[in-house]
Amino acid sequence: MRRLWRSVLFLGRDSRLRAWLKPWTDSLNTFSKGHQSLSVVLGMAVVTTVLPFIILFPPFAGFATQGDWVQGFASAGIFVLLALGLNVVVGLAGLLDLGYAAFFAIGAYSYAYGASPFAGTHFPFWPLLLVGAMVAALFGILLGAPTLRLRGDYLAIVTLGFGEIVPVVFRNADTYTNGTNGISGMYRPALPVTGTFLGLNPVPYYITVAVLVALAMVFLYRIQDSRLGRAWMAVREDELAAASMGINTVTTKLLAFAIGASTAGLAGVFYASKVTIISPDSFGFTVSFTILAMVVLGGMGNVWGVAAGAFVVYEIQSELLKQMNGFVEHLNLPPINLGVTTIDLAKVDFLQYQFLLYGLALVGMMLLRPEGLFPNRRRRAELHDVDDAEAANQELVEA
Amino acid sequence: MRLLRAPAVKEATPSSDTSAPALVDAPLLRLDDVHAAYGRIEALQGISLEVRRGEIVAMLGGNGAGKSTTLKTISGLMHPHTGRIELEGHDVTLVPAHRLVKLGIGQAPEGRRIFGRMTVLENLQMGAYSRRDMAEIDADYDRVFGLFPRLQERRSQSAGTLSGGEQQMLAIGRALMGRPKLLLLDEPSMGLAPVLVEQIFRIIRDINAQGTTILLVEQNALMALQVAGRGYILQTGKIVLADTAAALAQNEQVKKAYLGG
Repeated sequence: MRRLWRSVLFLGRDSRLRAWLKPWTDSLNTFSKGHQSLSVVLGMAVVTTVLPFIILFPPFAGFATQGDWVQGFASAGIFVLLALGLNVVVGLAGLLDLGYAAFFAIGAYSYAYGASPFAGTHFPFWPLLLVGAMVAALFGILLGAPTLRLRGDYLAIVTLGFGEIVPVVFRNADTYTNGTNGISGMYRPALPVTGTFLGLNPVPYYITVAVLVALAMVFLYRIQDSRLGRAWMAVREDELAAASMGINTVTTKLLAFAIGASTAGLAGVFYASKVTIISPDSFGFTVSFTILAMVVLGGMGNVWGVAAGAFVVYEIQSELLKQMNGFVEHLNLPPINLGVTTIDLAKVDFLQYQFLLYGLALVGMMLLRPEGLFPNRRRRAELHDVDDAEAANQELVEA
Repeated sequence: MRLLRAPAVKEATPSSDTSAPALVDAPLLRLDDVHAAYGRIEALQGISLEVRRGEIVAMLGGNGAGKSTTLKTISGLMHPHTGRIELEGHDVTLVPAHRLVKLGIGQAPEGRRIFGRMTVLENLQMGAYSRRDMAEIDADYDRVFGLFPRLQERRSQSAGTLSGGEQQMLAIGRALMGRPKLLLLDEPSMGLAPVLVEQIFRIIRDINAQGTTILLVEQNALMALQVAGRGYILQTGKIVLADTAAALAQNEQVKKAYLGG
């Protein structure tokens, strides 16, 4: 039995299996290098098709209906978008942004002003996606222009401040934002084929967000390999050296902020159209923090890794923890007597311990696998000194 | 809008005998009474100097004399609060660093500052960031690898794992990839073994012979005065002596202060 477990756990490391799979993985790798955009789209198509069938597997089947799962996936997609955007700012350009949720809020409120009874407007959803992205990008530039002279910790503090200011403004500008109550009754998106999306049917939302994520990923892969992508990398490593290579560091950093913010704006518009009610409380620091945790856990700098990290973290946080209550109740565990106090796991609300569990996951992750679940090549090398070892070997060979 | 790049013309007359430079209309670089400050501390108190095409000029001086600050103001990483900097007769006093690279100023900054997590080749690629003439860039890789064969061997190795000497070579090679008219070198010999120092200075002379003008900051005055045609001696933000390298090497004061008697 133990051997069986071992073979399952170390499947990926089994050399015979690897050798056997090698022709396939190799040709897959060559294909994805040659046709990056196509393989991203195909990959997303496969993932989108496969995910709803999670219901066929025993541990997941009991938790919720297929509809609920798909609903959850559609919401997870929002966070995947957010994480992809923050990855540009933090992972590629190396600018620590602790107030990223502000751009999410700006996107959501843009939609509220474009399509809600409160604003008395009803523009269609699809162009508003672009508008939301552009408004958020504009605010990204407005925030960035005066502050990007700051570096590291100082920049982080300023973004933290911005992240606090935006919800506070939305909360207190009653006349324009309906204050704490927020704006409700947003019109839902519509397509000629499907008609207006319905709140009870998550499938159109699910497919829409999958398409948005796929587009964002294609775009981000392209930009990562562009001149701008290389400039970000240089700025992240050494700003002064980057400047003396002829890189306009200010524009480069502003573009990172703007592109990151526009992705959050996109996510905000989609979010507002899906939940149809937004309030300032949905965009606090915990949201910024969650997205940052997703980026770090997934593997900063790696597009697929960040997307997967966001998805996994979201599912654990809002699906698994929710189900955990019911799951543990079913186990009928006797209360644990610790002498001083007794712990009855059946009565614990695991949702309340969300951030404790996050914290533990983050600490554990930083200790065991600081490069994230799916790191990019560069960062792994940097954290594990792989290159150092290689260099040493090379020198030995030469000597 | 981007102007088409004219085919590279070797405008400089490469010559190791720069003590009697030919007269040209405007010097490649001219600093006129440049003052620069970090906050309230004035690091440069009126620097005036000239670098003509094809020269190697050395700037010598002790710690805190303002040598690196002078280079920073030339490369636009810092701006003077008074004074004027001219490149080929044009005022570039307030031009930002990234645009000066396009105008022909390349530098291997103090402390090398290579991109440690990129490979050697990627570092050189970054050096050519301001250019788009792909064919010429390819030729320049070969030129850099010709000057530094060591870098070619290590081209796909991550730059942070190079030895100090190799990193210095990479810093110089990277600056050359921008095809500068004027190459600024900040302490290229710092922290290197004597054999490597000689090698670096030989290469500096080769680069100059290939037509690149060089402004060199050094603590190693002996080596610097051997390769340079002229030199300036800096002290607490001022130029205290300017002469040909040969004359400086014979100067009693210089000997006492920088050449070890």
